[in-house]
Amino acid sequence: MPDGGPAVEVVGLTKRFGDVEAVRGIDFTVRPGEIFGFLGPNGAGKSTTINMLCTLLRPTSGSARVAGYDVVAERDSVRRNIGLVFQDPTLDGYLSGEQNLRFHAELYGVPRSVTGARIRQVLEMVGLWERRGDLAQTYSGGMKRRLEIARGLLHSPRVLFLDEPTVGLDPQTRASIWEYIRQLQAAEEITIFMTTHYMDEAEFCGRIAIMDSGRIVALDTPEALKAGVGKDRVRIQTADDAAAIAAIKERFDLEAVVSEGAVTFSVASGEAFVPRLFAELGVPIRSVNVARPSLDDVFMSFTGSTIRDAEASASDHMRMAMRAARR
Amino acid sequence: MARTAETAQAPDTAAVTEVVRVRVPERGLRQDLRAVKIVLHRELIRFWRDKLRMVSGLVQPVLWLLVMGTGLSSLMAGGGGPAGAVNLKTFIFPGVCAMSVMFTAMFSAGSIVWDREFGFLREMLVAPVSRSAIVVGKCIGGAFVATLQGAVIVLLAGLAGVPYDPVLLLQLLGLMFIGAFALTGFGVMMAARITSMQSFFGLMQMAMMPMMFLSGALYPLNGLPAWLTVLTRLNPLTYAVDPLRHVVFSHLDLSPQLLRTFDPGVTWGGWTVPMWLEILIVLGMGFALMGVAIAEFSRAD
Repeated sequence: MPDGGPAVEVVGLTKRFGDVEAVRGIDFTVRPGEIFGFLGPNGAGKSTTINMLCTLLRPTSGSARVAGYDVVAERDSVRRNIGLVFQDPTLDGYLSGEQNLRFHAELYGVPRSVTGARIRQVLEMVGLWERRGDLAQTYSGGMKRRLEIARGLLHSPRVLFLDEPTVGLDPQTRASIWEYIRQLQAAEEITIFMTTHYMDEAEFCGRIAIMDSGRIVALDTPEALKAGVGKDRVRIQTADDAAAIAAIKERFDLEAVVSEGAVTFSVASGEAFVPRLFAELGVPIRSVNVARPSLDDVFMSFTGSTIRDAEASASDHMRMAMRAARR
Repeated sequence: MARTAETAQAPDTAAVTEVVRVRVPERGLRQDLRAVKIVLHRELIRFWRDKLRMVSGLVQPVLWLLVMGTGLSSLMAGGGGPAGAVNLKTFIFPGVCAMSVMFTAMFSAGSIVWDREFGFLREMLVAPVSRSAIVVGKCIGGAFVATLQGAVIVLLAGLAGVPYDPVLLLQLLGLMFIGAFALTGFGVMMAARITSMQSFFGLMQMAMMPMMFLSGALYPLNGLPAWLTVLTRLNPLTYAVDPLRHVVFSHLDLSPQLLRTFDPGVTWGGWTVPMWLEILIVLGMGFALMGVAIAEFSRAD
């Protein structure tokens, strides 16, 4: 990779499966050493994009360079310089953890003189060195994912692609996987490109691209994205919810709804608003809670729906198109 | 499980600080050869792990040899045919070897379908090596595994009245390897197209039964009705079975008349096909099928 060049550079990238346009001309750049997150509901086009960047799918149009190499013209060079952790497991359960890594090392042509040391290092990094001799099929879900991360790192890639690295794992394991990812980034000087549809995980990324229906609708740091929403969420418990909603509408011209047993509404700089609320509402307030916007709110403000709702509508027809295209 | 969570939360930070850097070399022939070797090696590891498969692979041949062989022998002896001096078990022994190799080779090829279902195929297909390296590794690996299974059957030679002559055993193993290579090539070619285990094995069953019955594994190929003669000559497996029988019978001490009955060779309109040509046919089939498999996997993007 040319020094200082971007780790990933995408211009006008498009992928069409038959009549369905899964990715509709996206542009973005990932800086070296960054943790870059791709956020969006299932079916938004995240996996399609990652598959194009990994040379597994040919773009319909547009171009992409990874680690300085073109994903179509310099496919092998791209492959040598990237690590992949797929959404679905790709381990051989009948080989031990170490044998899975050894297979990978041979396939990627890792020099034999360093294979042993490197295998030990990545296995220790993910805490599986003691279990190296056990068959991969005896590992728990989290261990399997960690083994795949170790494998993805084995050949010292410049860019590590993680496609939904924590999907289907329990919260504790998810947290530990994140711990590894952050350590890794510090230790290996590596660029991490990942997709997720967990809002809370996207917070760990340096920058996030929000993808919806094949387009990037927003791209910035999580903080900037949240600040951009501009509104905090205020939840109040009152003696008379209906009267409170009417009063909020009348006095402040804000739309409030009852959600999960509390009157909820959005307002700019919520903390400063609270004293006014107490002074002018005229309905007794029992408790108040002001929350900063979450990435959920960011997603909502850019796409007009929650990530869950978007998922339900998008996934069905998109999945079908993907399946038809996949062999 | 508890230990897992514990290690997960307190990762070994000391290990992380010193990084072993790896430089992956440019792709070349050496890389591809390494890939062939490791794919082959994986087949052997998996075969060795799966002892049950090795044992279950023995059941069918033993049934054919001991049960069918013995049962039919008594029938022939009763009929007073020329079988008197030749044990029927000896006759079907090469056929049983071929069958066992055939089934194992197909199973090995089927592992590609398995790999696809469990995602491991993806790990191989995204590697910076040529697809042909992976297909070649699979074909040779499958042939090795099938020959190993065949070697176990060869050890039963005594039961069939076949002498334990080291030259004969080596010849049998060599011929089995060639046959297994062709059959694995066939299986891998099919596996490139088929995405579910059920349909793969269903299809294989459908292809294998007629191939086996038309191969001369269980009866001599001379004096058959014309339609059957044509079908057996078109069957590639015929040319894999006949050399096996030929080497077995050339190590027996039999009268020319008995040899003509039990080891007639394969004839094309009266001309006996020499063994070298039979071997060449099988090898050629193997390379051709492997070529098609390579083309199919290289296209699959």
